[in-house]
Amino acid sequence: MATVSVEREHLPVERVAGVPVDELPIGVGGTASTAWWGMTFFIITEATLFAYLFFSYYYLGSRHSEWPANGAPELKLAVINTVILVSSSAPMWLADRVLGRGRIAFFSLLLGTVLVMGTAFLIIEATEWSNQSFAPATNAYSSLFYTITGFHFAHVTLGLLMIVELLYRALVSRIDVRRPLATRNVAVYWHFVGVVWVILFLTIYISPRVW
Amino acid sequence: MATLAERLETVWEPPRSVYSTLASVDHKVIGKRYLVTAFVFLIIGGVEAAVIRAQLTHSNEHLLSPEAYNQLFTMHGLTMIFWYAFPILSGFSNYFFPLMIGSRDMAYPRMNAFSYWCFLLSGVFLYTGYALGLGPDRGWFAYAPLTERLYAPGINMDFYTLALIFLTISGTVGSINFIVTAFKLRAPGMSLGRLPLFMYGTLTASFSIIFALPSLSVACVFLYLDRKFGTHFFDPGGGGSAILWQHLFWIFGHPWVYVVVLPALSFVSMIIPTFARRPIVGYTWNALGVVMTGVIGFGVWVHHMFATGLPPMAMSFFSAGSMTVVIPSAISIFVWLATIWQGRVVPTTSMLFALGFIFLFVIGGVSGVVTAATPFDWAITDTYFVVAHIHYVLAGINLFPVIAAFYYWLPKITGRMLSERLGKWNFWVMFLSFNLGFFPMHISGLLGMPRRIFTYPAGVGWDTVNLITSIGSYIFALGVLLFVINFFWSLRYGARAGDNPWDASSLEWATSSPPPPYNFDVIPTIGSRDPLWEERLGMGKRSSIHEGPTLAGPGKETLQTSTLDGEPVAILRMPEDSIWPFIVSLALLAAFYGLVASVWGLALAGGILTLFGVHGWLWPSRAAVEA
Repeated sequence: MATVSVEREHLPVERVAGVPVDELPIGVGGTASTAWWGMTFFIITEATLFAYLFFSYYYLGSRHSEWPANGAPELKLAVINTVILVSSSAPMWLADRVLGRGRIAFFSLLLGTVLVMGTAFLIIEATEWSNQSFAPATNAYSSLFYTITGFHFAHVTLGLLMIVELLYRALVSRIDVRRPLATRNVAVYWHFVGVVWVILFLTIYISPRVW
Repeated sequence: MATLAERLETVWEPPRSVYSTLASVDHKVIGKRYLVTAFVFLIIGGVEAAVIRAQLTHSNEHLLSPEAYNQLFTMHGLTMIFWYAFPILSGFSNYFFPLMIGSRDMAYPRMNAFSYWCFLLSGVFLYTGYALGLGPDRGWFAYAPLTERLYAPGINMDFYTLALIFLTISGTVGSINFIVTAFKLRAPGMSLGRLPLFMYGTLTASFSIIFALPSLSVACVFLYLDRKFGTHFFDPGGGGSAILWQHLFWIFGHPWVYVVVLPALSFVSMIIPTFARRPIVGYTWNALGVVMTGVIGFGVWVHHMFATGLPPMAMSFFSAGSMTVVIPSAISIFVWLATIWQGRVVPTTSMLFALGFIFLFVIGGVSGVVTAATPFDWAITDTYFVVAHIHYVLAGINLFPVIAAFYYWLPKITGRMLSERLGKWNFWVMFLSFNLGFFPMHISGLLGMPRRIFTYPAGVGWDTVNLITSIGSYIFALGVLLFVINFFWSLRYGARAGDNPWDASSLEWATSSPPPPYNFDVIPTIGSRDPLWEERLGMGKRSSIHEGPTLAGPGKETLQTSTLDGEPVAILRMPEDSIWPFIVSLALLAAFYGLVASVWGLALAGGILTLFGVHGWLWPSRAAVEA
């Protein structure tokens, strides 16, 4: 038993700063929640990490007259992947919406759709890697190409694991229907992964074509 | 009917066991662990410094081989800069954030525990390498290409990259925790304008970490890949660039300088008003100055790279940018001086350390201004002048405020006063020997002594200054020992502190010493910047410390308030103790051992265990889902 605070006269009050204590909710949802704030700052620091990766790409590129030396990478698969990943944000957004109305089956269906689309993205990405004529250790450009796409690949994988976790929770009825904090966080993270891909696409696939 | 204190006690204080030790999420327990662990790292780094000084006392000394010396100075730098200077500040912030803002815990108590375990285990990981004779040996800023596999073939530098990546996990989650706690969990009425200045230092440092640490992570990942998998990020032969390492490292490195000093500055902004017996002068100026320093810190990294042959225009720009740091620093100094000038000073040990810090801050600042000038920097780069500067900055602006903070806040943590008589000895021994030891380093630098040489020939005129430096540093170590003695003495013989031994104005002094597990029996309401001084400042009784909502529900509860004004928003249910943060950090440790030794199976197993650990950690209770 630790030492107890000095005994004082406690006068518990019903109002705090003008607000009746009884009327305060237990926890809050949405952007006021500490959960949302935590995810937001996590995304900010991860976005910064990608910013430094892109900085390295442009920095090394600026020191070469030909960048990349063998021309810009093939567009076809990357365009397909862009369409898949960006459009997968729609079912994710909708899943977040319908959960609050208690439509668990529809919610699971939508999450399953995101899961399939995300997995397709990963498979296409891996195919593209195997199609390349260079390996990570070929030169500085190839090192950057694989590391940047690899970091993004890992982030998509993490997002898919989060989605699997949500589906499992829905299956065993441990999903937070009344205040969907976890789902909202996964959705925010998933949109973030899509935005990073768009910047990655512009950097690696488009920028060598415009100058 | 149990009293309020008893009811809160049953909710907040778990029965003691091995499990509760490993699973504790109490910010005070974690804060104390941070303080003790970081102080142990300070002592380890200090012992390493003592061996370095023994080697440098005379010319042609061969106590150490050059290889052993390389590992030693690298470990000294890493230990002090990464495993002491920042974590010790996190320790104070962890312990005092909730107490200063009238909350019962941090926003994410389990993340807090996780942050500590990652800090501890990353240090264990680093020292595993050193114990095996494979410690990092290319300096704490590890310039490429010297660190590439071709020039550093052992796994020494793999311990460097991986230990730092492990540590960035700790720093990142810790910083997010500080930010959200400060913005969301303040007592009602504590608007941002009433935030104790303590918080501004840690908040600014936390934002700097969010934006700066990813740069270190990227640099370390690149170096790791270069070394293990033959990529070419820093290899000019393969189209990479060694200068890229310097950019990435210093984009992180300079903000980090402010990360390890700004919270310490804000400790002083709490201590000086208490012992000048008046509220701080220029509260807003001080707060804005700290934030400005953090912002400018991101625009000055190139001043570490003046000798790399960058375009003159870039160097002029960064030289001028670096000098603007003078403005917010000078604001802080004049705020403290004005507070002292306007007050009636009580010369306690804590106050002496704070005053000594101001003196050292000015010297370290002046040697910083001159090194920001490119031509001067060229003359003294890679000499002991730079070593003198970094020690005035890191020891002067970090260690002195930290010792001041220990004398000031240990009575709150342990409930016992430290000896003032021994404390005065402690201060004068440390202050005089610090200047005796480190000031001559400026001179050895101006005499042309390069840094990081394991010995030097006789007859070049460096013997005397080095002897003086060694003597000074040994007396300085004695000074730190006096503090340790004082601490243990106080635990046994120190006078009882009582709630508010210094008659200070901020909220942490309104609860008992040591505080109960739930911090405050009622959630206070705040009406001014100095809640405990209101009546004597003639502003009437605005705050309400002992009356308020009790939040003594069936589980742990605290209050969430609005971000800017601190108006009540909701009652927060706080998580119970959890073993998962410890398990996840152990899994990460296993993964890092696998990565350093190229045992990929172990790395994979650690990674999978980490994922399962996170699953267990986040698994919602039935009550949480149905509530």
